[in-house]
Amino acid sequence: MLLECLAREGVDCIFGYPGGVTIPFYDVLYEHRIRHVLVRHEENAAFAAEGYARSTGKVGVCCATSGPGATNLTTGLVDALMDSIPIVALTGQVTSKLIGSDAFQEGDTFGITRSCTKHNYLVKRLEDLAQTIHEAFYVAASGRPGPVLVDITKDVFQGQGHYQPVTAVHLPGYKVFTEGHAGQIRRAAQLIHEAERPLVYGGGGLIAANASPELRETVELADAPVVLTLLGLGALPAEHPNFISMPGMHGSYAANMALNNCDVMIALGTRFDDRVTSRLAAFAPHAKVIHVDIDPAEIGKNRAPDVPIVGDVKRILPKLNRLIAEMQSAEAKTPAVEKRLAARSAWWAQVRAWKEEHPLEVTTSESEIKPQHLMGEIDRISGGHAIVTSDVGQHQMWAAQLIRFSEPRCWLSSGGLGSMGFGLPSAIGAQVANPGKLVIALVGDGGFQMSIPELATIAGNGLAIKIVVMNNGYLGMVRQWQTLFYNNRLSAVQLDGFPDVEKLAAAYGFKGRTVDRPGELRGALEEAVREPGPYLLNVRVAQMENVYPMVPAGAAIDEMVLGPPEPAAPASN
Amino acid sequence: MLQVISLLLENKPGALMRVTGLLSQRGYNIESLTVARTLDPAISRMTIVVDVDSVQRQQVIKQMNKLINVLQASDLTESPAVVRELVLVRVRTPQESRTAVLKEAEIFGGRVVDSSTEGFVIEATGDPEKLREFIDVMGSYGEADVARSGALAIALEARKLRLQPPVPTKAGSRQGEPAT
Repeated sequence: MLLECLAREGVDCIFGYPGGVTIPFYDVLYEHRIRHVLVRHEENAAFAAEGYARSTGKVGVCCATSGPGATNLTTGLVDALMDSIPIVALTGQVTSKLIGSDAFQEGDTFGITRSCTKHNYLVKRLEDLAQTIHEAFYVAASGRPGPVLVDITKDVFQGQGHYQPVTAVHLPGYKVFTEGHAGQIRRAAQLIHEAERPLVYGGGGLIAANASPELRETVELADAPVVLTLLGLGALPAEHPNFISMPGMHGSYAANMALNNCDVMIALGTRFDDRVTSRLAAFAPHAKVIHVDIDPAEIGKNRAPDVPIVGDVKRILPKLNRLIAEMQSAEAKTPAVEKRLAARSAWWAQVRAWKEEHPLEVTTSESEIKPQHLMGEIDRISGGHAIVTSDVGQHQMWAAQLIRFSEPRCWLSSGGLGSMGFGLPSAIGAQVANPGKLVIALVGDGGFQMSIPELATIAGNGLAIKIVVMNNGYLGMVRQWQTLFYNNRLSAVQLDGFPDVEKLAAAYGFKGRTVDRPGELRGALEEAVREPGPYLLNVRVAQMENVYPMVPAGAAIDEMVLGPPEPAAPASN
Repeated sequence: MLQVISLLLENKPGALMRVTGLLSQRGYNIESLTVARTLDPAISRMTIVVDVDSVQRQQVIKQMNKLINVLQASDLTESPAVVRELVLVRVRTPQESRTAVLKEAEIFGGRVVDSSTEGFVIEATGDPEKLREFIDVMGSYGEADVARSGALAIALEARKLRLQPPVPTKAGSRQGEPAT
């Protein structure tokens, strides 16, 4: 019955790991058309489901047994919660009569995952199962998406019953806002129309809403420069002339300067995260803020907007665009308008000047592979269309700065939670969902070593994932902070004993190679991509390279440290 | 400052845990919390008093409203509402002051619910501030123990409960169509 529910929800693949109480479920799965990908650790089942969801927009599904299976899922659940990724997690629970008796492999999954999920359920009666599963999918995918967990007791798994179609779900307390307030949208259009220094600040909500075409129209109508957050990259093609880059702690000089100097900020599907704003009180001090978000609780949480709009950005932008276009065509060429247009072109000249002053650059060296060089080569080989997943840390920031994404859902990265060990398993989900696409798991040597068990999953399923390890021998981002802020006392960050990847890959039956000379890099990447199966490429890069620009903790975003050796003077406003 | 929140929530397993979990997760201190069924047994009313920064008040309500089991969250801190509390005081009283204790209880509208040679158990209801005074007075006569219900609040004007209608499922509609 459970599988019937899943099939009706359009599920074609489950990432999971069986155990005692889910045996009845796996018994039915044995001859079912829904594919099951057996991972090697439940945490990676959740990450893989995220990779599936992030790359397709569909709900990803993962499955684990009771007790340890469920607790292992939690990191992935929180990751999905922080980044608003729709996944449904199914967990087994001990027989309902045994609940509360400290039975074998019993864990309070319902209680533990309360704060890890958008919503969760415990199903103890077969007659509740179908309704609950359909509710779970609806909650996961609607509104602000997120993870939903359904904990199912063994006796429910064992129960025999015929599936009765569930035609509707009724959640009287769950309101999904979509359309936005017409008056506020008009006010927003007016502000944008009259802005002298407009800026679009877009986030992951644009991708969740599949709002790229609408965004493009807004950007071009308003002729506003655009910054996109870590999770928003690809919402507007990187090659679009209005795109600046990512803002924030490791954002570009131009992006941060634009944020702090704009007069109208159009914030779309973004939450004014501390990694973007740094010191909130000094963030975009001159800007009137228009904030569009589907979650009312995000409006005013960190920054009080001048124009709040609660709703689906995909539904709101066309209305906004229509109004802006009307205002533009109704306008006469008065001196005031001329003045505004002049201010606009001065703004653009300023933005371009910032970009040229401190561009994000691919730096290379003769003697060693610079991490930036690696990102430049990945950018080249992906052509903007490959799916690139990452872990968290230095490689993630360099990748976000230097790899240009031409489409949404190509850049899969753990943003809010910042989970190491995300890159490789999420690539599994992405490759399963997009069998024809080039998928690159770009990971650090730290994160990779958290994911090694999944090499078996990759090999066993013949997934042609190209694993690229940016290997600097350190937990690079922690090392960078220790270098810059803790007197270079490098405590517990050196990752010795990295395995020989050629042997490691061979042990799993595919090819691996280590490169450390700049001249070999391009050829090695090309070889990896040419290889029909998986490939493990270990790239030894400069160990002590730091990510710049960097906004130190507590500083304003225009107080960037632009690089060694001399810290640049704080930019003037 | 103290914020009084009135919640209507579905009477479902885990609903209470979601509310208290949210409060602790977001760092709001609970002063008191009461919950019981309403006339509709499927719905409970919860009165929560939290100690929260005044700029955070709106955020607390918004976060409450995000909980799927919460049907309505209202901030009663400044809107017209009645806030009452029940207290049970057990006071040990020497023989000579029994009459005085009874007199004081009467002043506060208290009612003796148990009397023994040791002393009394007195119940009183009222606004939380008044009850604090009552407890202080009782304590002055002898060793007192207290059980308080926590604040109960109801708005003076009924606020319309807006419930969401059922939504057709993918399973019921054609395959692949969005559920919304």
